[in-house]
Amino acid sequence: MARALINVPPKAKRGDIIEIKTLISHVMEPGYRPDSTGNVLPRDIINLFVCTYNGQEIFRAELFAAVAANPFMSFSTVATESGKLEFKWSGDNGFSAAETATITVE
Amino acid sequence: MSDDHRPRATRRRFLADAIRLAGGIGLVSVAALEPARATPEKMHAAMKKVLGEAPLRKGKVTLDVPPLIENGNTVPLTVTVESPMTAADHVKAIHVFNEKNPQPNVVSVHLGPRAGKASISTRIRLADSQRVIAVAEMSDGSFWSDEAEVVVTLAACLEGI
Repeated sequence: MARALINVPPKAKRGDIIEIKTLISHVMEPGYRPDSTGNVLPRDIINLFVCTYNGQEIFRAELFAAVAANPFMSFSTVATESGKLEFKWSGDNGFSAAETATITVE
Repeated sequence: MSDDHRPRATRRRFLADAIRLAGGIGLVSVAALEPARATPEKMHAAMKKVLGEAPLRKGKVTLDVPPLIENGNTVPLTVTVESPMTAADHVKAIHVFNEKNPQPNVVSVHLGPRAGKASISTRIRLADSQRVIAVAEMSDGSFWSDEAEVVVTLAACLEGI
C-alpha cells in the first residue's frame, strides 16, 4: 500500500473554509522515459483522485502524466458537519489506495 | 578613462557563454530523441474538447507558477478563480494545459459550491520552456483563463534515469 499523507484540520467551526492537503507516494512514470538500457518505461500513473465528505463527493481530480511524482493536491471545502473525509486514488496496473480523516465541526 | 570598448572576458561573460553552449547541446540531444510531443495545435485540440464552441475569455483566473524553474520534474502550480462559490454561481472545473509536454493535458479538477473557495495547488512536470494555461469552467457555462510563460532549465519526462 502506498504511503499517503493527509492534512485536515481536526476541528473547525461550522461554515469555515478548511484547506485539505494530500500527498501520496507514487512514481507517476509518464511512459516516455528510457531506462538505463534504452527501453522506454511503460506508463504507470495515478489517473483519478476523489475526496468525499460523509459520502458526498466534494473534489475530484483527473491526473495526467504531467503531474509530478508523489502527487500533491491541495484544495478546500466548507466544514458543514462532523464526520469522515475519505480519499481515494486509482490508476494504472490496478493501483488503488484509500485514506480517511475525521473532522469535528462545532 | 580608457576608450577600450572591447568586451572583456569577465567571469560573468564566461558563465553566460557556457550556459549558451550547454543549452545548444541540450537542444541537439533532445531533438535526437524526440518522441511524440504535444504542440500548440495539440493543446488547442485538447482545449477544444473541454470548451466546445464556447468562447474563452481572459480574467477571473490566476495561474501562479514560478517564471523560472530549475527542475521541470516538480513545478509548484496554484490556480485560484474569483467566484462566490454559491449554488447559483460557482466554478465547476479547472483544467490545466501545456504546449510542449508529450501530452497537452496536465490536470483537470472538478469542484462545486461545497469547496467554499476555488483554489487548488499541485505539482506538475514540464518538459520544456513553454506556456501553461489554466481554464476555469463556471456553472453558467462560461470559460475563463490565465496563462503563464515558464522557463525550464532541467526538463522532465524525456530524460533517461
